[in-house]
Amino acid sequence: MTKELSSLTIVEARDRLRAGEVTAAELTEACLAEIEAADALGAFVHKTPEIARAQAAEADARLKNGEAPSLCGIPLGIKDLFCTKGVASQAGSAILDGFRPEYESTVTQQLFEAGAVMLGKLNMDEFAMGSSNETSTYGNAVNPWRRGNDDTALTPGGSSGGSAAAVAADLCLGATGTDTGGSIRQPAAFTGITGLKPTYGRVSRWGIIAFASSLDQAGPMGKSVRDCAILLEAMAGHDAKDSTSADLPVPDFEAMLTGDIRGKTIGIPREYRMEGMPDEIEALWAEGRAMLEGAGARIVDISLPHTKYALPAYYVIAPAEASSNLARYDGVRYGHRARLAQGDGIVEMYEKTRAEGFGAEVKRRVMVGTYVLSAGFYDAYYNRARKVRALIKRDFEEAFAGGVEAILTPATPSAAFGLGEMAEADPVAMYLNDVFTVTVNLAGLPGIAVPAGLDRQGLPLGLQLIGRPWEEGDLLNTAYALEAAAGFVSKPTNWW
Amino acid sequence: MSIDIETARKVAKLARIAVPEEDLPALAGEFNAILGFIEQLGEVDVEGVEPMVSVTPMRLKRREDVVTDGDRQAEILANAPDAREGFFAVPKVVE
Repeated sequence: MTKELSSLTIVEARDRLRAGEVTAAELTEACLAEIEAADALGAFVHKTPEIARAQAAEADARLKNGEAPSLCGIPLGIKDLFCTKGVASQAGSAILDGFRPEYESTVTQQLFEAGAVMLGKLNMDEFAMGSSNETSTYGNAVNPWRRGNDDTALTPGGSSGGSAAAVAADLCLGATGTDTGGSIRQPAAFTGITGLKPTYGRVSRWGIIAFASSLDQAGPMGKSVRDCAILLEAMAGHDAKDSTSADLPVPDFEAMLTGDIRGKTIGIPREYRMEGMPDEIEALWAEGRAMLEGAGARIVDISLPHTKYALPAYYVIAPAEASSNLARYDGVRYGHRARLAQGDGIVEMYEKTRAEGFGAEVKRRVMVGTYVLSAGFYDAYYNRARKVRALIKRDFEEAFAGGVEAILTPATPSAAFGLGEMAEADPVAMYLNDVFTVTVNLAGLPGIAVPAGLDRQGLPLGLQLIGRPWEEGDLLNTAYALEAAAGFVSKPTNWW
Repeated sequence: MSIDIETARKVAKLARIAVPEEDLPALAGEFNAILGFIEQLGEVDVEGVEPMVSVTPMRLKRREDVVTDGDRQAEILANAPDAREGFFAVPKVVE
């Protein structure tokens, strides 16, 4: 019974709420019950049932008054990266143990104003650095999907692994994610849900714990393209507290979903055909191409010549920005402070606090960032990476100038892999997960992952569509057509 | 470019992260794997290309240079590991 409600899409729930067939309180209780029964997934790491119940009561009052924005009474999960007032917000890191923000992030504030209900905070890789949710201080989030009858625990992807697992397992109706190199789109693809990274600047970053400020962007993770459109509309908009947020009107994204993509030009970039790419990914990509063609789009082969250099550029720029952003965790203003020995001064306090508080991957990236920004290497690494970034962006601009309106690629180079499977690999092997998504962050473009099929082992696979800057509405509409053609309706078996 | 143990130690110091001596060789190895990957950037012809400084070509929003917020001492100190008499407290800095 509770699953019947928690598995609704936002659209279905909204219509039932408005029709008075269900209350926000009932929906919320159903989700809370599902969450209580799903600890094995490690998705919700801070549960907030009191807040959820209070918000649901408020939403029911608003619904009763006939004042019901789209998200009124819709229970959501919030990634731990978002600061939520009075509720633990620690970016999956031990260094923020005990931190309870005195303020609300702009995104969560806007969601609450739109009537959304917060069920709790969701697991993630520490400071969003990871592609498998294995770097979290809370422990792993687990993919609700399994390979056939094999009970090997699989990763839900990362960094928004908790968000992906929660949505895929129907613990909530939708969730917030953030995406710096693929952290919304890769987990969405691994769990058979839809995830959108908006254009850089579309959504305010204020109150979102920073990883790499020129790449970070928050976005929706949901059960359908339409749900993502509704969530994005509530999350987006100019914010005086984020000087990089764009002062552009936020369109009615949902109204732009006509499903009509006849005559639209979709590019297929040849450089995304990677050596060693599994046949199944290649086949899915070809199917996606045929689906869009079948819907009346014009498919053209395009070239994005600098694609190969996106990951190396990212692994200079993101660590460089992270080393600067994470300098604030010093044991002075918030979070963990190491116990000091007799005679320890302030430098020992910093060094011990950061050694104890940061996990291995975060330390590695902070130090790589420190190195590439250090005297003598700044030009060779950091400036060169920023020049390559400019070239990657130019590749896309030239494709769009040539009439391409969206670009179709695979979302990930594989289906979800086993937790622990990459433990022995060197860090670079894990980084390759983001090979198809990271270009989009470097170029600041919107990108969406749509579930499009299952592999031989029964695991979901996703396709990615990349859009022009600020054209999320058009991108969502293309994704909507792809979703309709793919007809992906599979759900994981409830084993948890 | 190869990172030796001495460089790894120096980087850890600059990043203000205590790394035990016995962990430095492994750390240097990981740096070398990552930097080896980054080396590919050397293949790209970047002659005449300006480093990208802004993701979207727009002028950042400006506002009047006036006080818009403040008087929040208690909130600012609420999460401090050690706060005394309205200040953040840290170990002695000056002898």
